[in-house]
Amino acid sequence: MKANIVIIGGGISGTSIAYNLALKGMKDIVVFDDNYMTGGATGRCGAGVRQQWGTKMNCILAKKSVEFFETAQEVLGYHRDVEFKQEGYLIVATNEKEDATFAKNVKLQQSLGIPARKITVDEALEIVPHLNKDAIVSATFCPTDGHLNPFLMTDAYYVAAKRLGVQFFYREKVLEIIKENNKIVKVITNNHQVETNKVVNCAGGFSKEIGDMAGVDIPVYSENHEILVTEPIEKIQGPMVISFAENIYCQQVPHGAFIMGRSTIGVAHNHDISSTHEFLDEMAKTAVHLLPPLANLRVVRQWGGSYNISPDRQPIIGDTDQLEGFYLACGFSGHGFMFAPMTGILLSEVILGEKTTIDITDLHINRFKNNKKTDYETSVV
Amino acid sequence: MNKKDIIMCRCEDVSLQDIHDVLEEGYTTFEDLKRILRIGMGPCQGNTCGLLVQREIAKYLRKPLNEIETHKVRPLTNGVKLGSIVEALKNES
Repeated sequence: MKANIVIIGGGISGTSIAYNLALKGMKDIVVFDDNYMTGGATGRCGAGVRQQWGTKMNCILAKKSVEFFETAQEVLGYHRDVEFKQEGYLIVATNEKEDATFAKNVKLQQSLGIPARKITVDEALEIVPHLNKDAIVSATFCPTDGHLNPFLMTDAYYVAAKRLGVQFFYREKVLEIIKENNKIVKVITNNHQVETNKVVNCAGGFSKEIGDMAGVDIPVYSENHEILVTEPIEKIQGPMVISFAENIYCQQVPHGAFIMGRSTIGVAHNHDISSTHEFLDEMAKTAVHLLPPLANLRVVRQWGGSYNISPDRQPIIGDTDQLEGFYLACGFSGHGFMFAPMTGILLSEVILGEKTTIDITDLHINRFKNNKKTDYETSVV
Repeated sequence: MNKKDIIMCRCEDVSLQDIHDVLEEGYTTFEDLKRILRIGMGPCQGNTCGLLVQREIAKYLRKPLNEIETHKVRPLTNGVKLGSIVEALKNES
């Protein structure tokens, strides 16, 4: 089998990259994924889409991605509803330090055209009446942030990419990347041998291992982030509610269920994605403290998924100096789903040698060379 | 009986017709069906629909039932209120 490019990882990033390459006319694109579609980080994420970030690059990636999501259903010609709901993200400040940081963040966001604003406790209560007002000092709100169904959004890209001729092989594991004279010549899976000169590494939690396979050292690691979902109820909450200090994100999805997650302090750097009762305990305490009526909701299911963390918690998108034809889209640090439209557009431009839509020098892996100081993202749960 | 009127998943209101439509689209595992239709994601966590879906997949693929993978079982085994967990923790400390 021959391919112009092999994409390793068939989650939201891989399907978006494949779709964008095919749309630009590239033929013989092959995607491998060792799991079912969205069996990795994509299908395990919190289904949120936000533009309220602390670094300029994350703001721009998010804003332009939201612009795509607004038209995704029609553009991709998808026959199911991707459940895009723009009812905002309410980010609450629980202390003066956060209040000051958020004021600065909102200024940055507004300067980039993102309609976020700083609001008072009373204004926050108008948006989410069941918030514990004693737990917060202020908030920021962006009405065009929201929710999107990760399974169906990935399927939408997948269906559109297949229509353009992309070949997908799920449940097929890449075992080896063969090089000759520091050039890629072949990719070997448990079922295929593919002659190719180009490989995209968008393997999510396993990007480091794929990098190692190609002899390219990528400064990322994976860690388990747990999450749970409740029974569905009638709609009571429009926006996603986040607190970085309390360590919680919580939204009611269109289906009626509440999805909530938090990070586990000191969690090991590995591929564990199991569920713990410690998470359940801490999650319950945090949710009931910040959003008291949620105490009455039954937990239906919990699960875990990998954040693939980069040193500055901004993604790594671009080519590599070490190996010609080896491209990266990894290290999304928990936000690969919401940046996927831009990931696909930007990396397809890099691969085809086009001028990129935005300057992405700051997303290149070279930014970590010689301990250069990069823009560190603090707005992460 | 009309396949639209045969309910396979009572939690998420999924009919036999829905299952057959998605199988026809080429999604032939429980994990795929679950993510597209929400089947098995409701309060019973697939305890009711699990075997029914497995049978439909087996029939569609013309394979023996024991070759069809069931979906991944996740905690909790029973719905528990968030408030009950918080109360239980108070009693512990």
